[in-house]
Amino acid sequence: MSVHERGLVETGQAEPLVAEAEMFRRPSEWWIFWEALSRDRLAVAAGGAILLICLVAVFAPLLSPYDPTVGDNSLRLAPIGTPGHLLGLDGQGRDILSRLIWGGRVSLAIALMPVTVASVLSVALGLIAGFFGGKVDMLIMRTLDVFFAFPAVLLAVAIAGVLGPGMLNVMLSITVVLVPYISRVAYMATVTVKNELFVDQARVCGAGPWQILFHYTLPNTLSPVLVYGTTLVGIMIVLGAGLSFLGLGISPPTPDWGVMCSDGRNFLSVAPHVSAVPGAVLVFVAMSFNLLGDGLRDALDPKLRK
Amino acid sequence: MLRYLVYRVASIVPVLLGVSVVVFLMMKLVPGDPAEAILGPAATTEKIEMVRRSLGLDKPFYIQYFRWLWKVLQGDFGSSIAVNVPVAQLVWPKFWNTVLLAGGSLVVCVVVGLVVGIVSGTRQYSWFDRLGMTSTLILANTPGFWLGLVLMVVFALRLGWFPATGMYSMRAADKTVADLLHHMVLPAITTAAVSAAIIARLVRSSFLDVIRKGFVTALRARGLSERDVILRHGLKNALPPIVNIIGLQVGYLMGGALFTEVVFSWPGIGLQIYSSIVARDLPVVQAAVLVTTFVFVLVNLGTDVIVAALDPRVRRA
Repeated sequence: MSVHERGLVETGQAEPLVAEAEMFRRPSEWWIFWEALSRDRLAVAAGGAILLICLVAVFAPLLSPYDPTVGDNSLRLAPIGTPGHLLGLDGQGRDILSRLIWGGRVSLAIALMPVTVASVLSVALGLIAGFFGGKVDMLIMRTLDVFFAFPAVLLAVAIAGVLGPGMLNVMLSITVVLVPYISRVAYMATVTVKNELFVDQARVCGAGPWQILFHYTLPNTLSPVLVYGTTLVGIMIVLGAGLSFLGLGISPPTPDWGVMCSDGRNFLSVAPHVSAVPGAVLVFVAMSFNLLGDGLRDALDPKLRK
Repeated sequence: MLRYLVYRVASIVPVLLGVSVVVFLMMKLVPGDPAEAILGPAATTEKIEMVRRSLGLDKPFYIQYFRWLWKVLQGDFGSSIAVNVPVAQLVWPKFWNTVLLAGGSLVVCVVVGLVVGIVSGTRQYSWFDRLGMTSTLILANTPGFWLGLVLMVVFALRLGWFPATGMYSMRAADKTVADLLHHMVLPAITTAAVSAAIIARLVRSSFLDVIRKGFVTALRARGLSERDVILRHGLKNALPPIVNIIGLQVGYLMGGALFTEVVFSWPGIGLQIYSSIVARDLPVVQAAVLVTTFVFVLVNLGTDVIVAALDPRVRRA
């Protein structure tokens, strides 16, 4: 049942539709979405990969074969395939696989947390600005335009640099960078929905502003934000790693994929795998989020469903 | 067109003012007192008070802001804490080095993006299209700093085709353009990679859109050669979104160049920002961020004007 029809049912104007719905027993929106998504093999594979990586990060203490911060100096810079150390060792003799497993925790967290927090904030800002319009709209959106004017990477680097290294500061700087971008998406969705016929219809049938806001506008802004947010997680994993690479994010010896790339810089000619392996993982994870985002977009939009 | 131009130029004034407020306040986020930072831990309270007064830190925020803005408008960004020279003197040469790098990257990403995008878009599902779309998907998600390291290992350290760091050879007697270009190849590719991938994918989808339009069929029916249909008529119609995304990429290039500059020791504004952050030399960071953002806003303005010139529908909206 689409949002449109749900509106009809709830305002009590469409008894025949209820009867019809009972007769045909249409599958739920969730089921349609799930079917469309499961047909997109690339998105399913990406989603599976993300799930697997998240599980590995959660169960790092159980899965990691070695301590990620303690090295074995006799085997410094041992190459990929060294017995007992599948992905080799880094410049301080630490097991790269163990560091990757533990690093996933940090690298995923510094992208997932800001995207989640920024999405909640942005949906609120976008809804308020788009729904109420007028001066509120001006105030919110023009303020966000100012943050939009900065090149995103530069703003993140500057904020993280000014605040100093540390996980919380990185997450804060990434959140600040994200809010204007996600807010615009939420705002556009709100404005589009506000002018749809089914909202007029609900209003005519006596729905108050709050009912329209929470019942019609909010659900319709969530799907574009979910799609955009998923893609952003991938991009922010790369940005977060970049900040750590510069030494503005996570400080060593805590393992993080960006820190690991940076650790290998001194051994590029003798042991390129120290930097190459974590970088390849970054590309793979970022790409997975990107593909999942594309799949969600297609599956959530009736016009794009395959 | 003139009305649109005036409207757009006027609209950047409040944005730039807002940017200056944000940059000013950002520096106030710094933990600790700047006067203490300048004088070091051994300073006496009277001395700290004196420096605070000479820096104007005893005045309210808004007065500090307007004083600062007034000086900035005259090109005076204060002096660097780390090296004690005027910030403007330090930042401008670095800025031009970044413009050179961003310019080189822009050429790379526009050429690669257009060629890959047009060929893929006109030959959908061919082997070129598949290869192009797979590699752009990977490239679009590649961290610039890591790609830089990979290129450096392969083409500088292993093959020795290009220099690994710097802008000019240290031993060269004078700075030649050929030497500069030789040094620029790897950094420009590194900076351009993500943008090239994004442009290529957008050009492809934009072309796929245009090619299915009725006027293209009509042109073909009238017997125009495929080359004319695509390059003369197709490109022109596909252009507005392409110009738009290229404009956005300029901002990305200027931001992304920071990582490239750090990896390849390119003496640009990104490397300056990075080393000034490390040295806690905040007036330099402030000026560099302000200048870069200012240019980004101007580039976006220019892009909007070009798109409006190409597409009358935008002008009227």
